[in-house]
Amino acid sequence: MSTMTDPPKADFRLSMLINDTRYRSLTFQVIAAIVIALSIWYLGNNLIQNLRAAGLNISYSFLGDSAGYDINQRLVEYDSQSSHARAALVGLLNTLLVAFLACITATVFGVIAGVLRLSNNWLVSKLMAVYVEIFRNIPVLIWIIIIFTIMTAVLPPPSAFRGENPTSSMLFGSFAFTNRGIYFPRPEFANGLFASAALNWLLVIAVLIGSWFVSGEVEKRATKKQEETGERPATLLPKLAIWLVPFVLLMIIMGLTWDVPELKRFNFSGGLNAGGPLIALWFALSIYTGAFIAENVRAGIQAISKGQTEAAAALGLRQGRIMKLVILPQALRVIIPPLISQYLNITKNSSLAIAVGYADITATLGGITLNQTGRAIECVLLLMLFYLTASLLISTGMNIYNASVKLKER
Amino acid sequence: MKKSVFLGAATIAGLAAGAAMAGTVDDVKARGKLNCGVTTGLVGFAAPDANGEWQGFDVSLCRAVAAAVLGDANAVEFVPTTGKTRFTALASGEIDMLARNTTWTFSRDVDLKFEFTGVNYYDGQGFMVPKALGVSSAKELDGARVCIQTGTTTELNLADFFRANNISYEPVPIETNAEAQQQYLAGACDVYTTDASGLAATRATFEAPDEHILLPEIISKEPLGPLVRHGDHEWGDVVRWTLNALISAEELGVTSANIDELSAGTDNPEINRLLGTEGTLGEMLGLDADWAAKAIKAGGNYGEIFAKNIGEETPIGLARGLNAQWTEGGLLYSPPFR
Repeated sequence: MSTMTDPPKADFRLSMLINDTRYRSLTFQVIAAIVIALSIWYLGNNLIQNLRAAGLNISYSFLGDSAGYDINQRLVEYDSQSSHARAALVGLLNTLLVAFLACITATVFGVIAGVLRLSNNWLVSKLMAVYVEIFRNIPVLIWIIIIFTIMTAVLPPPSAFRGENPTSSMLFGSFAFTNRGIYFPRPEFANGLFASAALNWLLVIAVLIGSWFVSGEVEKRATKKQEETGERPATLLPKLAIWLVPFVLLMIIMGLTWDVPELKRFNFSGGLNAGGPLIALWFALSIYTGAFIAENVRAGIQAISKGQTEAAAALGLRQGRIMKLVILPQALRVIIPPLISQYLNITKNSSLAIAVGYADITATLGGITLNQTGRAIECVLLLMLFYLTASLLISTGMNIYNASVKLKER
Repeated sequence: MKKSVFLGAATIAGLAAGAAMAGTVDDVKARGKLNCGVTTGLVGFAAPDANGEWQGFDVSLCRAVAAAVLGDANAVEFVPTTGKTRFTALASGEIDMLARNTTWTFSRDVDLKFEFTGVNYYDGQGFMVPKALGVSSAKELDGARVCIQTGTTTELNLADFFRANNISYEPVPIETNAEAQQQYLAGACDVYTTDASGLAATRATFEAPDEHILLPEIISKEPLGPLVRHGDHEWGDVVRWTLNALISAEELGVTSANIDELSAGTDNPEINRLLGTEGTLGEMLGLDADWAAKAIKAGGNYGEIFAKNIGEETPIGLARGLNAQWTEGGLLYSPPFR
């Protein structure tokens, strides 16, 4: 009898890289990675060499030069003497603004339409089906242009508000709906607590956040009471007071007044103005993406077993509460992952802003700056970087939220 | 993700790959076709007609160059370019020359490494407003909304003009002339500004042209001309002297009607040199002796091309103005053919 020995150590042979399934997949991945890296290096090198041969080079120094053009909608200080980088920033903020607004409204439209499409009311569900199918199946660019064209064609120009007998008049004497956008009064503080308007507004926001916390606390206390005694104290009045009293007091102290828009020589001035392009783009993106979100919501709700509804009904819950307390929280797990894609789509589709003259980043950096400087490659690379970063950030944020609502498995 | 980066890089590199070539004349001859960049469509300057044939003022220049180099005015591949793609198309070698009402500016010439080979249309930026506004000068436009095509030199001039006069305005960026027209007529903007020739052409298409006026201020110089890549001087010479031949032909009275007769030889040595019956100008350019004669035959001399496409007899209805010959008080002046 021979003694037991260790099994012979499989010595590694080069052929195993191809023949051994343990290594094969790795081998091919490494080869693929090298080939891709080499191709990118080759193409990039080719680009740089050719540019150099043509006397050009990749340079971002143009970003510091004076842009020379004006932008109609700007969230930060900007004039034609500002740099191209500043113009890009203005565009970036405009992109983020319209994307943020559209994400919120698209979600609202989507959830309402998605829930109503499953309604037992034949008319309501069919109406929602028509909405979803019409908007989903026509490209968003067409919707943007249709909505913008209708706005400029249907709404009156400012000149219609002029004269002894104007054909149009301002709503409540302070709102003007024109084909250049909507003009409405701007709140101002006659005797603000701080010199700067921004600080005053921060104070208002701080007070509102405080109210939100306190009212949340009231709600919690009510739930606790309910769990202990079975009776839920009325929370509506206290919550109303918590929201209103500090806010109204603050407004009285700071002396709230309204700056009402006025018709000047060419245009309305004063007050606030939501430009036509912004409204058209915002509305078009919301209503278009809303249709997709409606389908996600419908899928999410249908993924929940009917038994859940029946069980909840057996407990005596009403329809609305079944949806709110039982179905939607579970459906969220199915709804959120595709919802992330829709938010990304909104952000990317906002680049169609140029169709209606909205100054987003594609219009400023990728449009005018590119055109004026001729630095196409640099501008497009920057644009790619921006959209990539924005998409990854939105995706990360939403994935964190998803992780917090998804089924906890232990 | 990897894939899209790869494809993106491939596209950019592919575009740039052609950039470094020299000897465009030889390339064009070998290809048997001239790649000429034009606008995507501006009636009078470059637009396909009902039969799909490109017609227009800029198009005629492409045809003249093709005729000079290849002897065939139809050996042109027209590449429609937008304000955004025009320079990339030229720099990458996708097109051999760009004839697309492009303003000759310092930075385009020097920084973008292009070479403007002359001016085929002297223009300037103007303003159009509805008469009802009661405006008689651009300096009264404080607070107005101005429709402006983005990415053009007019956009920069506009900002400079309002800044210099210390008045404010609100720009309404638009992409195309058609869009501007719609916005302007709907009253979404008070003023439309672009090159004066474009304003005239646009106003001519209105239902009631009388209700709109062009303000007297011309706020910029807009010399529009063909351009080629920097560094290929032989090719630059061909395009430059083809344009000069068309201008000289008008000055010397050479037209498409009498060119056959004049090609037999005349008493005027400059006409003889131009048409190749005397001297070796064609050889110096590396072309046939009758290169200029072919170019002129393609669409007529400068005056004929102007009259046929944008002149006062056409719907565009532009007067010669600055674009008259120097002998008639205009700016057109070709260096001598000798």
